[in-house]
Amino acid sequence: MNNIALAARPASFDVDALRRQFPVLSRLVRGKPLVYLDNAASAQRPNAVIDAVNDYERHHHANIHRGVHTLSQEATALYESARDKMVDFIHARSRNEIIFVRGTTEAINLVAQSYARPLLQPGDEILITHLEHHANIVPWQMVCEQTGATLVVAPIDARGEVHFDAVAALMSPRTRLLACAHVSNALGTVLPVRRLIAAARARGIVTLIDGAQAVSHMDVDVQALDCDFYAFSGHKMYGPTGVGVLYGREQLLERMPPWQSGGEMILSVTFAKTTYNGLPNKFEAGTPNISGVVGLGAALDFLQGLDREAAHAHETALLERASAALSRIPELRIVGTAPDKASLVSFVVAGVHPHDLGTILDEDGIAIRTGHHCAMPVMEFFALPATARASFAFYNTFEEIDRLAAGVERARKIFA
Amino acid sequence: MELNELYRDVILDHNRKPRNFGGLEPADASVEGFNPMCGDRLTVRLRLADDTISDIRFEGQGCAISTASASLMTEAVKGKTRAEALQLFDRVHQLLTDDAATGADELGKLAALSGVREYPARVKCASLCWHTLASALRSANPQALPAVSTE
Ligand SMILES: Cc1ncc(COP(=O)(O)O)c(C=O)c1O
Repeated sequence: MNNIALAARPASFDVDALRRQFPVLSRLVRGKPLVYLDNAASAQRPNAVIDAVNDYERHHHANIHRGVHTLSQEATALYESARDKMVDFIHARSRNEIIFVRGTTEAINLVAQSYARPLLQPGDEILITHLEHHANIVPWQMVCEQTGATLVVAPIDARGEVHFDAVAALMSPRTRLLACAHVSNALGTVLPVRRLIAAARARGIVTLIDGAQAVSHMDVDVQALDCDFYAFSGHKMYGPTGVGVLYGREQLLERMPPWQSGGEMILSVTFAKTTYNGLPNKFEAGTPNISGVVGLGAALDFLQGLDREAAHAHETALLERASAALSRIPELRIVGTAPDKASLVSFVVAGVHPHDLGTILDEDGIAIRTGHHCAMPVMEFFALPATARASFAFYNTFEEIDRLAAGVERARKIFA
Repeated sequence: MELNELYRDVILDHNRKPRNFGGLEPADASVEGFNPMCGDRLTVRLRLADDTISDIRFEGQGCAISTASASLMTEAVKGKTRAEALQLFDRVHQLLTDDAATGADELGKLAALSGVREYPARVKCASLCWHTLASALRSANPQALPAVSTE
């Protein structure tokens, strides 16, 4: 049924062969070969994912968990097998700890409303950092407003680094929850999450890690991390949009009330009383994004089939090459220079607004992101309205980075 | 489409040396426009004499298209009545969005913005200042203007 062949483990890292598995990478944009450097916003899909979704839509679609007929059973099996793969992929303890949601945003909102809201008392504190994506700020602001709790923000330094001591110093007896990114989408900074989680745990503080930018770049082991919640999106890890995961420690999920209610999350309904379904269905009210989950399962197979160590080494080499190439450009400043970074570079060029730079690069077929990256407090910290951001995936090449650098030079000439 | 159609010399010049840039004290109307997509932010301030824009200045930060468009706009509407300025907004809007737009010649220097049409993502950059102007014109209190209050 689900006959997606695993990519053979390559002897060495063959970027060209890998690129051939991503159909969009061979297209032209404005007459030039596409250079896709907006992977942090959304990564591209390999054939394995496209085909799995297609196969599901063509041959297996029906609603899940509620039919005795063959299609419903096939669809349910595909959907649930993706959950099993996810258990393996992030090293969860069981299927009950994997909740399929729409994405990181929904996962964080779920924790804010279902875990934090019933618990928080006026004067309690939620601790975040200054480099969070809006998705890891606003849900906490909302729950603070609803409960009278206070949002406490740990600082970053001029390199965009989050220091363990600075965060630990803000953990107080009133801190109920630490919510922070694993990797910053605006700066690339990798946070010292393992130490932060250990410090939080020692003080009885529950932890949520926003892993949206981490899962595609590193092996994530939620048991080794020892976090309570871990949130991420399928579309940033080569899967479809509209699907993501909330990992939650089972004991916590057990105690949490359902967030949304309707079908799928109940065992029995009378007008007097409803009995909720067990985990994970308790948190998956309504018909889910079945094809999205199937596609995400295929993305996991794809990633497991890669030599991930080699892929990671390649991404690190891309980051080094890009940092070096961009640093050589006069008037260009890299924003976010923490020693431990994922493979993305945020930068500004004096005299060239990021927005204009984005348009000029697009003319060369180069896709980068410009703007505030949904991290306005980061922009405010660096006193910038916006930055340009090039974010890399294992399918990018050194040649593409050279084209990026040449494009930036071209933009500088236009505005010279 | 060539980039130099978008970034024409007039645009580059007005971006480098924006005209009527800075504060205006006192002003009859002052409105801040913000484009959350790209973080462009500009404030348009103007004075009215009777119904005519006697002075107008802007400040803020934005991309070349948004800065040049605001600079060109201030030059174009100074001395125009409110109604004339709003009419001009309509014409510029057409120029930015409608491939069949005609009469670019009559728009003078503003016609330099026609290249934006090919870049739908940038239309907002060029029109931000005009939306801000329109709301400034609407917000300007006619009662505060001696010449108008008698009518
Ligand atoms: C660090 C981080 N958190 C959260 C999100 C939100 O993810 P989604 O839009 O998929 O819910 C993103 C996506 O840009 C992100 O980079």
